[in-house]
Amino acid sequence: MLAKFTGWVLLVVIRLLTGAQARWWGCPPKAEQRIYFANHQSHLDLVMIWAALPEELRSITRPIAARDYWANTPFKRWITTEVFNAIYVERGGSAPVPVAETAPAPPTERIDPSFDAVVQTELPLAPPVAEPAPSAAPGSAEALAPLQPLIEALQSGDSIIIFPEGTRGHTGEPQKFKSGLFTLAQMFPEVVLVPAWIDNVQRVMPKGEVVPVPILCSVTFGEPVQLDEGEERRPFLDRAREAVVALRYV
Amino acid sequence: MNEYLRNLAPNHQVAALFLIVFGVLVIVSTVAFLLTFRERRNPVHDETWQRELLHFLTLLRTTWFMVVVFWIGWALGETVATLLFALISFFALREFITLSPTRRGDHRSLILAFFVVLPIQFWLVATARFDLFTVFIPVYVFLAIPVVSALADDPSHFLERNAKLQWGIMVCVYGMSHVPALLLLSFPGYEGKSAFLVFFLVFVVQTCVLAQHLISRRSTMPSDADAPEPEHKPGLFGKVGRWLFRQEPVAPNVSHSFNWISWAIGMAIASVVGALFSFVTPFKFGQALAVSLIACVAGSMGHLVMKALKRDRGIPNWGQRGVGVTGANGLLDRVDALCFAAPVFFHSVRWYFDA
Repeated sequence: MLAKFTGWVLLVVIRLLTGAQARWWGCPPKAEQRIYFANHQSHLDLVMIWAALPEELRSITRPIAARDYWANTPFKRWITTEVFNAIYVERGGSAPVPVAETAPAPPTERIDPSFDAVVQTELPLAPPVAEPAPSAAPGSAEALAPLQPLIEALQSGDSIIIFPEGTRGHTGEPQKFKSGLFTLAQMFPEVVLVPAWIDNVQRVMPKGEVVPVPILCSVTFGEPVQLDEGEERRPFLDRAREAVVALRYV
Repeated sequence: MNEYLRNLAPNHQVAALFLIVFGVLVIVSTVAFLLTFRERRNPVHDETWQRELLHFLTLLRTTWFMVVVFWIGWALGETVATLLFALISFFALREFITLSPTRRGDHRSLILAFFVVLPIQFWLVATARFDLFTVFIPVYVFLAIPVVSALADDPSHFLERNAKLQWGIMVCVYGMSHVPALLLLSFPGYEGKSAFLVFFLVFVVQTCVLAQHLISRRSTMPSDADAPEPEHKPGLFGKVGRWLFRQEPVAPNVSHSFNWISWAIGMAIASVVGALFSFVTPFKFGQALAVSLIACVAGSMGHLVMKALKRDRGIPNWGQRGVGVTGANGLLDRVDALCFAAPVFFHSVRWYFDA
């Protein structure tokens, strides 16, 4: 009851500030099992896409939330589990394989001087994860462990919302996608993969600010992407990323 | 009839006015609804006809919405009306800011604009502090915004960013706040009827925009419906029509449809309509004609200015796809003329009539 009320109040506030408009450009809103994958620029992305979905879909769609941010106070923990019905995931270890591929290159695309504490604690973790990577083939138990909560949600028939970049971007260009999306697409071939572009959210509340500013945001849902027969991991992830980026200008 | 209306209490007069407006709207809507069932024999004509009708129906929906909003505002009193305009101003500014790129350093200034300047301005209007509300934004906010911006320590595009923000506040907050301010003007022998003045302004400006839009639309129509036009001898009427409706746009890069002839016709129609409505205002016929003309010129020119702005931001026409990339669905489009017309109207009336 309280959760419902909070959700309703939150919706009104979000609509007032951002409009939270959903643009179903490539597919209609439909109650089939889906994986929505979107660009990630702000912690509010989760709230935005939640608010943009129609009421009927909201109850069967579970966004993923980074545990280090969304579970660090009792209130955030309550609102994520009760109102958003989110799934917690651990960040940092979710995708060993792409990290291994890009390991020789200096990690410039991930480091920015103004990164906040959350990401900085994550950085020291990255190299150790990269080391044993070659042995952790996709689909192995090691690689699947962080995806376990998502797999459970999909097995129980829910739709999920994921941000395959893993961390929030800074430049506006989405970073390379991590392999979680590929693994899930392999495991659940019948689930529809819907790309989504969340626009303007980073302007509403930049990092380090607490008061949101009213700016219109929209979520554009694109044409579903399929994993082709025998398609490799990297080409598929790049294609999925292209599909998200393409929605920016429609 | 006229005598009867004049003898009513101001309250009842406003009520009667709304009743008439609602009645007209119901009739027009019914006719438009029935027309949707009509089918033209020529399929090409049918398509253009359907498109026109659809366009008209959207306009009608906006009109309905605005009338209902005004009715609620009037029924619940001046404070609620002011609040209503504050809300419209908030949405308009939100749309404006969305379309002008901001940087991280602007965040505090934006908070100032939305959550401090806007409420204070409308509070000043609601409490009738005329001397302060006309200078609050041009004087005090003009300094406050860049100061907050400078403190954010980001010099890139500094003037551009602050100019945009100040301009947006001037149009969306300052301009819009002059509409409810009309409620507070006091003319001798016109107490309790200020709601008419707001109605008068909105009605005249809306008529002007609509008339101009319809005329210039006709002039741009042949470009997309050239082929099916039947070739018959143009009579005198056709010639006049051709002269009236085939004007070259004055500023084609800004607006495809704006030309002086259709502009002048729009002005004339709206001013005459305004003058005919002089009985609801404290003005005489000639005076009403003059103030309507002033409001219309300011409004239509403001509309043109906003068009230039939209072009610069790469949103050529709102109507084409219905919804812009940002989801800005055109509230600003509907009210921009009013935002420019209201301060000019307010100050000229206040100056001339010393109200």
